[in-house]
Amino acid sequence: MYKYASPKNFYVLAGQLIPWLGIITLVLFATGLYLGLYVAPPDYQQGDSYRIMFIHVPAAWMSMYVYVMMAGAGLVGLVWNIKLADMLATASAPIGASLTLMALVTGSLWGKPTWGTYWVWDARLTSELLLFFLYLGFIALQAAIDEPRRSARAGAVLALVGVVDIPIIHFSVIWWNTLHQPASIGALNRIISPTIYPTMLHPLLINSLAFFLFYYMVVLMRMRGEILARERHTGWVMQIVRASAEAAR
Amino acid sequence: MTWHTFFAMGGYAFYVWGAYGFATVVVIWNVVSAIRKRRTVLKMLREFALAEQAPKEGTGQHYASE
Repeated sequence: MYKYASPKNFYVLAGQLIPWLGIITLVLFATGLYLGLYVAPPDYQQGDSYRIMFIHVPAAWMSMYVYVMMAGAGLVGLVWNIKLADMLATASAPIGASLTLMALVTGSLWGKPTWGTYWVWDARLTSELLLFFLYLGFIALQAAIDEPRRSARAGAVLALVGVVDIPIIHFSVIWWNTLHQPASIGALNRIISPTIYPTMLHPLLINSLAFFLFYYMVVLMRMRGEILARERHTGWVMQIVRASAEAAR
Repeated sequence: MTWHTFFAMGGYAFYVWGAYGFATVVVIWNVVSAIRKRRTVLKMLREFALAEQAPKEGTGQHYASE
């Protein structure tokens, strides 16, 4: 297992994993979309508008998951000085930011027909918006510092401070009396005996898995770029550069 | 179900297709920008490598012939 911790081996392994992740993600998305948009019946209260849930909920889950990964990787980089962890944090930020934006926009488009408004400054929406700004702050901070070690450290500290927003997002619907509805599926027992129909639950779970694997696919792709940039003085990267120069000729 | 009723989404077409459309844009952006990221790094490194080689090989004629 340890041998994959070297940037070179990681680069090669990631390159082999990416196509497989891509194929599985594609199949899952196709299945999830078919089940969610076509097979699942309209909701008895919300009609067809509830179908937004099949992307909104996975996007919202992933917005938090990616943040925890980013902060966790930042912490590992900070404490053990592991370059790959720093790169994982850096590569996660733009993906997390885009998924947070996806959660906000799809939520807004769901809010209009169900609540009558695109936006309300309630605890859930506000804390999710704050998450978006935390991602942007992380990206801007890292972009402002040229030296890779200092850039990684500064980003990790910011990400770790911002981690308090994650439990706030999660518990906001319980702590405050908000317009946003509480979770329909939370703990494992709800998955076994859920409060929503299986025809509605399955596309949600399939899309969630699709988004989960999608994150790993694009984060590995981004990390490969980071690795080339930060390992540019090593022989194996120079070899790749020479080979790509030959191919480009 | 006809295609028409499918696309109409029970009157919620704007919201449902708007949300799925935006999600599609985000997914595609993620893939394209990740590919671009690595390509940009490679291109930069190729240019660095060429810049380092040039003075060693440079005779003047090299540039004149181009």
